[in-house]
Amino acid sequence: MEVTSDKFRAAAARSLADTQLQRALARIPERFVAARARAAAEFGEFEQLRAAGAAIRERALARLDVLLERFEAEAVCRGASVHWAVDAAEANRIVLDIARGHGVRRIVKSKSMVTEECALNDALEAAGLAVLETDLGEYILQLARERPSHIIAPVIHKNREEVTELFSARHRRPRSTDIAALCQEAREILRPQFFAADMGISGANFLVAETGSVALFTNEGNGRLVTTLPRVHVAIAGIEKVVETLGELAALARLLPRSATGQAISNYFTLLTGVRGATESDGPEAFHIVLLDNGRSRLLGSELRPILRCIRCGACLNHCPVYQTVGGHAYGWVYPGPMGAVWTPALVGLERARELPEAATFCGQCQVACPVMIPLPDLLRRLRTRTTAEHLRPARERLALNLWGYAARHPRLYALLAAFAARVLYRLGRRRGWVRWLPLAAGWTATRDFPAGEGRTAREVLRRERGG
Amino acid sequence: MSMREAILTRVRAATAGKQVPPAPEVIPRAAGTLTEDPLVRFRRLAEMSGSTLDEAASPATAPGRVAAYLKDAGLTCAAVVWPALAALPWTAAGIAAEARAPQTTDAIGITGAFCGIAETGTLLLLSGGDSPGATSLVPETHIALLPRERIMRDLEAAFARVRAEHGSLPRALAFISGPSRTADIEQTIVIGAHGPKRVHIILVG
Repeated sequence: MEVTSDKFRAAAARSLADTQLQRALARIPERFVAARARAAAEFGEFEQLRAAGAAIRERALARLDVLLERFEAEAVCRGASVHWAVDAAEANRIVLDIARGHGVRRIVKSKSMVTEECALNDALEAAGLAVLETDLGEYILQLARERPSHIIAPVIHKNREEVTELFSARHRRPRSTDIAALCQEAREILRPQFFAADMGISGANFLVAETGSVALFTNEGNGRLVTTLPRVHVAIAGIEKVVETLGELAALARLLPRSATGQAISNYFTLLTGVRGATESDGPEAFHIVLLDNGRSRLLGSELRPILRCIRCGACLNHCPVYQTVGGHAYGWVYPGPMGAVWTPALVGLERARELPEAATFCGQCQVACPVMIPLPDLLRRLRTRTTAEHLRPARERLALNLWGYAARHPRLYALLAAFAARVLYRLGRRRGWVRWLPLAAGWTATRDFPAGEGRTAREVLRRERGG
Repeated sequence: MSMREAILTRVRAATAGKQVPPAPEVIPRAAGTLTEDPLVRFRRLAEMSGSTLDEAASPATAPGRVAAYLKDAGLTCAAVVWPALAALPWTAAGIAAEARAPQTTDAIGITGAFCGIAETGTLLLLSGGDSPGATSLVPETHIALLPRERIMRDLEAAFARVRAEHGSLPRALAFISGPSRTADIEQTIVIGAHGPKRVHIILVG
């Protein structure tokens, strides 16, 4: 998938001018932030639960090799097949081989961000397979040929009128702008597709090592249909998604929905283990689990390791003043918001996403809301440090800082330059009493004025006061 | 080197010598889970998640309560039921029950339930030869018969009971909390997405 994260500033400026988007983003504080706060308060010991969640995820990462091997052994024992993919291209090739091996032609998908990371749909369609997204939001985006702008509310940037246009162009049914009617329309259109599909593709919220199970949390029911009706099920998961025990899964099941949507539990929490039994009338005959690395094992030994705890709830997006203002598309790849500002440079390379760690106010709300206590501001700070250390900042800025650094080490030169600058500032602001424009720093003064100086440096003032 | 080995080698190198942090001493439950009467809590939270509730004194009287619900709601009396429930007196209650896998045209699906979970007002259904998952999923109305003594306090207790009665996990554990829903368009909640629009729980016994 194309990465445009190095154009964050320009994209953010467009988002700010998009009144429709701004209206959509204005729903976030009540629908997500307040809902999570109510759910946490109702729960009671939510801070202890977050600490437990962080410990569970850290424990899993510390023994990731052991848990992955245990998961594989248990899953295979129950008749599932486990595949390992070092990168997105390999994951796509594996899924394509599975589809061909089972004579698959029609595929239904439930929502999965890791398949967005792999651009799996493009790969399958290029091979002539019909792929249908069935989550309502993802279905709308497939019609619109857009990517998700939020990891759990993919179509948050669109309003109902746009959905009406898309549906009426495609479905040829009477137009409606009623949200319930639009949902019903999608249900009726998609329902036969679940029965017609040969293969279902899902992500995985968690993998459970001790039972070889895949856990899914959904609300619409399409996740259950996709994993119940087609004869083949493929689940794709990042290698970091494994936990050891069902007890640990129970703790995370309390954290994830409350952090994501403010629900005490999702409508459907499904735990899938192995293939259809001899006496069963539904469930997949073949169950393939694809474990995707795509840079994660490299992260495990790096200073960004805590991001691997992430359970993809979206709370950091919802609580971020930058995300709330510019939305998800400005981030330019699959994962937006604070977690995306870490995941994107971590997975695609800092040089292709160097503007994302700058997209933060360091207010710390992401860390406060994170269900597994990822120190997101600290990780962003580390990425900023690396941006500078690896000379990824703009050439003009690096030159300016180098010059300043040279001057700062030479006090006489510094005094001379400071005296010159103080006089320039005085002249620039003399007429209005405010400096409204600076040479070489017009970007900074475009949105800021500051009081004109007195035309002398602090050293000059002090020298005069001491009678020197 | 296979991709499996390549990945595991990198993971091993990154985890080698790393200290494993201790497991959390306590996993907190939602406030009231361990003190509130499980039946009272189950009813309260199941209703909050959009399910409706009723009671039947025994399995034999459950079909009568199902018929009463369908009549009140103005729904058809033709239903698919779990083969596990085929022996109940459906015909006598006026319900045309068929024990088979549901088709997309079936409006009513009747299932049992392995247990209820009081913490969140959740039903747990297990897949099996006589308990197909599609029955609680494909029809617009899902009616679940839940034995009253099978209400567990929390997820941990439910997992323990599954293991005690089945050993290994059945293929699918479906934890169901109310009718399906979506809030994808303008973050406005609509009940009835791809799954059932109505979930009706009958506590039996």
